[in-house]
Amino acid sequence: MFDTSIKLALTLSQIGAVMGVVLLTVAILTLLERKVLSWMQDRMGPMEVGPYGVLQPVADGLKLFFKEDIIPAGANKIMFSLAPILVLVPALIGFAVIPFGPNWTIDVMGVEFKPFVISDINIGVLYILAFASIGAYGVILGGWASNSKYSLLGGLRSAAQLISYELNVGLAIVGVLLLAGSLSLVEITEAQAGGFWNWFAFDPVPFPQFIAFVIFLIASVAETNRLPFDLPEAESELVAGFFTEYSGMRFAFFFMAEYSNMILVSCMSTVLFFGGWHAPLPFLQAPGTFAWVTGIFWFTAKVYFFLFLFFWIRATLPRLRYDQLMRFGWKVLLPIALGNIVVTSLLAYIFPN
Amino acid sequence: MATFVFLYFAAVIVMAALLVVVVRNPIYSALSLLVMFFHVAGLYVTLHAEFLAAIQIIVYAGAILVLYLFVVMLLNVKREEQFNRQGPVALFLGVVLLTEAVLLTVSRGFTVGTPSPGREGPAVGNTESIGELLYSTYLFPFEIASLILLVAMIGAVILSKKGIMESQ
Repeated sequence: MFDTSIKLALTLSQIGAVMGVVLLTVAILTLLERKVLSWMQDRMGPMEVGPYGVLQPVADGLKLFFKEDIIPAGANKIMFSLAPILVLVPALIGFAVIPFGPNWTIDVMGVEFKPFVISDINIGVLYILAFASIGAYGVILGGWASNSKYSLLGGLRSAAQLISYELNVGLAIVGVLLLAGSLSLVEITEAQAGGFWNWFAFDPVPFPQFIAFVIFLIASVAETNRLPFDLPEAESELVAGFFTEYSGMRFAFFFMAEYSNMILVSCMSTVLFFGGWHAPLPFLQAPGTFAWVTGIFWFTAKVYFFLFLFFWIRATLPRLRYDQLMRFGWKVLLPIALGNIVVTSLLAYIFPN
Repeated sequence: MATFVFLYFAAVIVMAALLVVVVRNPIYSALSLLVMFFHVAGLYVTLHAEFLAAIQIIVYAGAILVLYLFVVMLLNVKREEQFNRQGPVALFLGVVLLTEAVLLTVSRGFTVGTPSPGREGPAVGNTESIGELLYSTYLFPFEIASLILLVAMIGAVILSKKGIMESQ
């Protein structure tokens, strides 16, 4: 009983810490996105709140918190309230299996405890995919329950888009799973130790997964509803798509879910294709007890690089049309992803490590 | 503890499955189905079949049910049109299934046999053991299943291209 309560306390504090960091990152990202976009467009971005506008997320949060919460007439109240939760929870729950640092096991009063991953389950990748697919419900129901044409159109578009691109995310990962021989994110990271030439995106033997990484990246941009695939919420044609009718904290939930999804996808790219907590060159990794410092540093650096990539893509590319989106997903990405699986499995059979 | 967890999952599964057919709003019945899928997945987890649980959610909850919702919203069914005259057929099927259930319960009794311990040791995860079984013992059914899926796919392509081919 004592062991169980210690384990519970440790896990709860771990969950608290991870959620804190993720939500803090969401707050930072809202500012960072506006700043990065402004610099790319030769503007200053938010400058009023605090020095260089660094307190803008606080002001935004307060504003959203105190806004009136409106439920439109004719809306389905239960579904309308349920939808933002159904979007946010799957976005946050995926972080449970992401390893943020070295796979250590420490002993706290007789209880084994892994400090840098909440739960190392043997189906980590599938777990994330499963909950990512649940996020679609929130979007569809939010669009339907709002009792608005724009919202319904946005919800339907997103249903089609999420189903089409989920497939590509899953197929792009298969190559990595073949090489690592495991579905556990910890084991996948450990298979990439010892320098950037061992990362699955670059590893020349048996087959570099860089193509798979590009497919994964494109498909996950579509999964997170970011530009250029933000058809479910296209401002210029659908007002704001599925969350047109939402205001106040419910709107904030959708917003937080989008950014948490971005962080989750960046973490997944880091773990699956870019070696997770491993340093790009072996001597950049601190030895012994301080390995966790460099581990977390490299993990964070890689994740922020991918987040920057999201902003960069947003600032560069125009939105696709709906038929282009579907054609691209099914006729371009899918065959390439399938081809990658065939080539990878053949080469992995011929040149086993 | 295990029995309590099982009873919870079983109760919710039965309740949600009933709601799927009883509730009038098709959206609600799709959502009850979602709740049911989740609890079936939970049942798999208690049986240490994590792989099956994840696949259950990805395939049924993540893909098939989303398509159901998609269609239900597009159709926008009116209240009166929902209830077709299927009463007699439903009654007949219900009686048959109920008889079957009662007969099975009577012939076997209410005792549940203890599940035989799994073949694989703790060294092999259940993803690996499923893979090995699929490609050795159950290779033939597996190939048949993929053949059936291929036929279904070709059928779908033909159906959707029918208009185009006729116009040429």
